[in-house]
Amino acid sequence: MKRAIIYFLEIIICFVLQSSLYQFINLANVMPNLLIILVVATAYMRGKTTGMTVGFFSGLLVDIQFGNLIGLYALLMMLIGYVAGFANKIYSRDDYTLPLFFIAIADFVYQFLYYILEFLIRGRLDFLYYLRAKILPEIIYTVAVSVILYKLLHMINHCLDRNENEEE
Amino acid sequence: MRRRKGFRFNPKHGLIAGVILCLILIILSFRFGELFYPVRNAVGTVITPMQKGINTVGIFIADKLETLKSIRELTEENKRLKEQVSVLSYENKLLLQNKYELDELRKLYELDQKYLDYPKVAARIIDKDTNNWYNVFTIDKGTKDGLAVDMNVMAGNGLVGIITECYYNHAKVRAIIDDKSAIWGMFLKTSDTCLVQGDLKLMEDGKIRVSFISKDAEIEDGYEVVTAHTSPKYLQGILIGYVSDIKLDSNNMTKTAYLTPAVDFQRLSEVLIITELKEPLLKEPPENAINE
Repeated sequence: MKRAIIYFLEIIICFVLQSSLYQFINLANVMPNLLIILVVATAYMRGKTTGMTVGFFSGLLVDIQFGNLIGLYALLMMLIGYVAGFANKIYSRDDYTLPLFFIAIADFVYQFLYYILEFLIRGRLDFLYYLRAKILPEIIYTVAVSVILYKLLHMINHCLDRNENEEE
Repeated sequence: MRRRKGFRFNPKHGLIAGVILCLILIILSFRFGELFYPVRNAVGTVITPMQKGINTVGIFIADKLETLKSIRELTEENKRLKEQVSVLSYENKLLLQNKYELDELRKLYELDQKYLDYPKVAARIIDKDTNNWYNVFTIDKGTKDGLAVDMNVMAGNGLVGIITECYYNHAKVRAIIDDKSAIWGMFLKTSDTCLVQGDLKLMEDGKIRVSFISKDAEIEDGYEVVTAHTSPKYLQGILIGYVSDIKLDSNNMTKTAYLTPAVDFQRLSEVLIITELKEPLLKEPPENAINE
């Protein structure tokens, strides 16, 4: 229960930070994708089920606030969370570099699908331009931010784990 | 985690259930978009104050940092400026005289543009779309301040965009530089119409694409483009920007050009909303007059 509340807060905080701090933290017109970091980090630390749930709800929030269709990004984020959950098998407490790698891949997949769903369908074919101008910078920025954010999330997760073990 | 109390939850089943739920939601919201209006409104009403708060904190911190950095510069500048003030106040007097003259001339030529008379409401931009592909932002005024969907948004004296969604205390605005935006424009001097389309590729240069200009249009760089009388949603005569790089298309029928918006979208923080809607084209008289 405590865990659910914490996850709920994490989602809200990441979303609000990402949407309203735009003008203060954007570099080269690009924002880090905090929600992807949250989803992948959670999936990596906790496994498929949790990753999936967190992905679903954060995607839903994006849909409700910005999307035209409700459920599209929920689906996308949920799948990302589920797939990232496979990485839980090789989860190690001291490894801080592997998750960054997963986050980069997940962000690329998300951006790529986003491009297909929102741009390619409307006949914007110049993929290389969008790759260079939007996708790559966002991945780099996201990975840079996740160095800090992942440590933070890892710490929170560690505290929760310890709490639960004491209760038992 | 393997220790689930009671039953074992298979993630695969959860995934399938989630996918089905999402698909149902997508189809529902595609078929009946209005169905989710209350949900969006409720979530927006909760989230908006948070965003507003964070925004205020952000502005406050940025302000403080700026202050610390520039205190020394400011004292030096202050000295310099004081000297300037005495020079300028003299010049100001001269300019004031010119201004009275100008006012008189203005009245004579009736240079006042039409859109200065529209009723307007000021609003602050509190939030921008979370992804980097679009130029949609949120303003802190909504239906309670008399706003409605399709109202035109301006800043300074140029067009910024149009309200696409309107909720109780906030509204979404699509900027004219957004990739999905397209407006009918008109050259002020020659009355030739053109289509002003946002393009993500040109956004970085701060430009918009203008197409479907008639081949015979006698236009030059620097001509003003305003919203056209043919536009269904935009009020007529609002300045969009200045045209440049005019080229004849390969089909030899139309011309294409770039347009520099009159508004600086990089540094936009406050906007004006014209609270007057363009009269919709109705085929038949509305059934009851207060049908909203």
